[in-house]
Amino acid sequence: MAPPDGPCPEPWLIELFVVGDTPRSRAALRNLQAVCAARLGDGRYTIEVTDLREHPGAWRGNQILASPTAIRRTPLPERRVIGDLSRTEQVVAGLELPGPSPGVPGSPAAEPVEEPRG
Amino acid sequence: MEQTELPGLSKAPLGVEGFDTITRGGLPRGRITLLVGPSGSGKTILGVEFLARGALQFGEPGVLVGFEESEQELAENFASLGLDLPGLIKGKQLLVDHIALTPGLEREAGSYDLEGLLVRLEQAIDSIGARRVVLDAVPTLFQGFGDSTAVRVALARLFDWLKGRGITTLVSAESESELMRQGLGRSLSDCVIHLSTRVRDRQTTRYLRVIKYRGAGHHLDEFPFLITDGGVSVLPVTSVVQSYGASSERISTGVPELDAMLDGGFYRGSSILVSGEAGTGKSSLAVHVAAAACARGERCLYYLFEESQEEVLRNMRSIGFELTEWLERGLLRFAVSRASAFGLEMHLVRIEDAVREFEPQVALFDPISNLVGAGSLSEVKSMTSRLLDHLKSRGITPLFTLLREGEGAHSGTEVSRAEVGVSSLMDCWITLSNRESDGEQTRLISVRKARGINHSNQVREFLITDRGVDVVDVIVGPTGVLTGSARAAFQARQGAEAARRQRLNDARRRELELERTRLRAQIDSLEAELRNAEQDLEEDRTGTMAEDEARLAEAEAAARRGSSPSEAE
Repeated sequence: MAPPDGPCPEPWLIELFVVGDTPRSRAALRNLQAVCAARLGDGRYTIEVTDLREHPGAWRGNQILASPTAIRRTPLPERRVIGDLSRTEQVVAGLELPGPSPGVPGSPAAEPVEEPRG
Repeated sequence: MEQTELPGLSKAPLGVEGFDTITRGGLPRGRITLLVGPSGSGKTILGVEFLARGALQFGEPGVLVGFEESEQELAENFASLGLDLPGLIKGKQLLVDHIALTPGLEREAGSYDLEGLLVRLEQAIDSIGARRVVLDAVPTLFQGFGDSTAVRVALARLFDWLKGRGITTLVSAESESELMRQGLGRSLSDCVIHLSTRVRDRQTTRYLRVIKYRGAGHHLDEFPFLITDGGVSVLPVTSVVQSYGASSERISTGVPELDAMLDGGFYRGSSILVSGEAGTGKSSLAVHVAAAACARGERCLYYLFEESQEEVLRNMRSIGFELTEWLERGLLRFAVSRASAFGLEMHLVRIEDAVREFEPQVALFDPISNLVGAGSLSEVKSMTSRLLDHLKSRGITPLFTLLREGEGAHSGTEVSRAEVGVSSLMDCWITLSNRESDGEQTRLISVRKARGINHSNQVREFLITDRGVDVVDVIVGPTGVLTGSARAAFQARQGAEAARRQRLNDARRRELELERTRLRAQIDSLEAELRNAEQDLEEDRTGTMAEDEARLAEAEAAARRGSSPSEAE
């Protein structure tokens, strides 16, 4: 499969900070995976999940206040976005993901999941 | 007005002079205190004090969480108080966490919570076993995030967590309204303190007021407070505890007659006010007190708010006081401070610094009334009160002069409000006044009050001579109290009368003496007469005896002729 948007030799690394294995944490991961698959394509990105409860001090240098927080580590510069990532357009704008690839099948079908409220 | 204290309510002392007095022990331990005040009112500094004193004096590690100021700014707060922040951090006594918040920084893509912040703070607090936490500029959090519910939930959880841990917490905010609107009032209702600043004549003074203190008595008044390089100092106007020992030692005023009026002088460590109109001799009297202290070998701090040191030296030389000797011997020190140069806050700091450095036994403030320009009357009163506490607790005898306004007023009636306000704080109050009569000004001195001293109630005349001041008895003549030349004239009249009487006495004595001499002469002549008479009598008797003997001898001779021819015939 050809790169969706011109040459992009650098693989994407996105770190997702969560606190505990909550429905919101899981929703954020699913939504991030979906939008990355749609915009970057398989194998073009890596998502690392860091649970702040299990990694004390992981917030250092990152100013993590809200959870979940997604930070684009590469390509530089870093970009970040918070929330359960259900608002895809905000995720795309926040992480500066490339535009939709018409060649990627099924990408529109990946409807974002919102963390159940209440 | 004070409430009764609930039993068992534990308090965490702030370690700030005055603050622990008005809160009767400090902040409620294990609870949250809300500190409200506008920007620049001293919230962060007070928080820094709370943590630093906790760590250094009470062995309670602390965490400062700053939402507004940068790490650099927070560090400057510590440095401004002379605190070694790196050392405290290294010793795990303190931890500073700066939470950077830029409105709109975080792009929000769905629902979120602030568990990240909570985890971070919990870890920071636990890492040093903090017992004290300051959350500085908390409402800034609401500006950092679009979802105020998430912020509210996080703060409520944080407050509960802190209380559950028994951590004494200080939450600062520029205004209460945001926190109350977000329904956080319940969590923050244990203790509420307001800070404010007011500018008067371009001088800023800070105030602190305890609005609420659940379950505990506290002072409801507003107290001025200071921020100095030595930290925060709150100035309670009415000290709850006035626990300085009362000395029974008397010290001389330097004027023997005034000592006599005071039944032996001032008590050491008692506060003295000398009030009077312009030119009544307040400074002259103060100098006597200073010189007397130096003569005893004590140190005297002479704080000038009006004149310069040179002016005082010159003026005092004119009344016979050479003060340079005491200056050279290090017993006298002048400190000059233009009353208008600083706010009251700064004046107090400078005075306390000077006192700490020189350690005087006697301190003079001349004239304290000039400070009324640097603050309101009540502020001057509270400053004086604070100063008195400071000095008396160190056993220093302070003397204040106060210029009384009201030209030509009768003494005792035109007592200004400042005088009344300040005099109530003093142990001893001496008033000087000008009295104009017969076209002449004379000075009067009286002791208005002297706690614990059986003082004279008499008004005396106060003379300023080229050998210092002198206090003389006034004379109550037929027209009232006589002073000045009226007194002199009265005395002269009295003197003339005495001389006349003396002359009369002398003449009479001379007459008597003459009479005595005359009588003595009479006696002498009579005695001589008597002696002559006696002598005549003796001579008489001797002559008669000789005749008798001759006659007897003649008769005997006739008998011997026997039948005396004459008889025979």
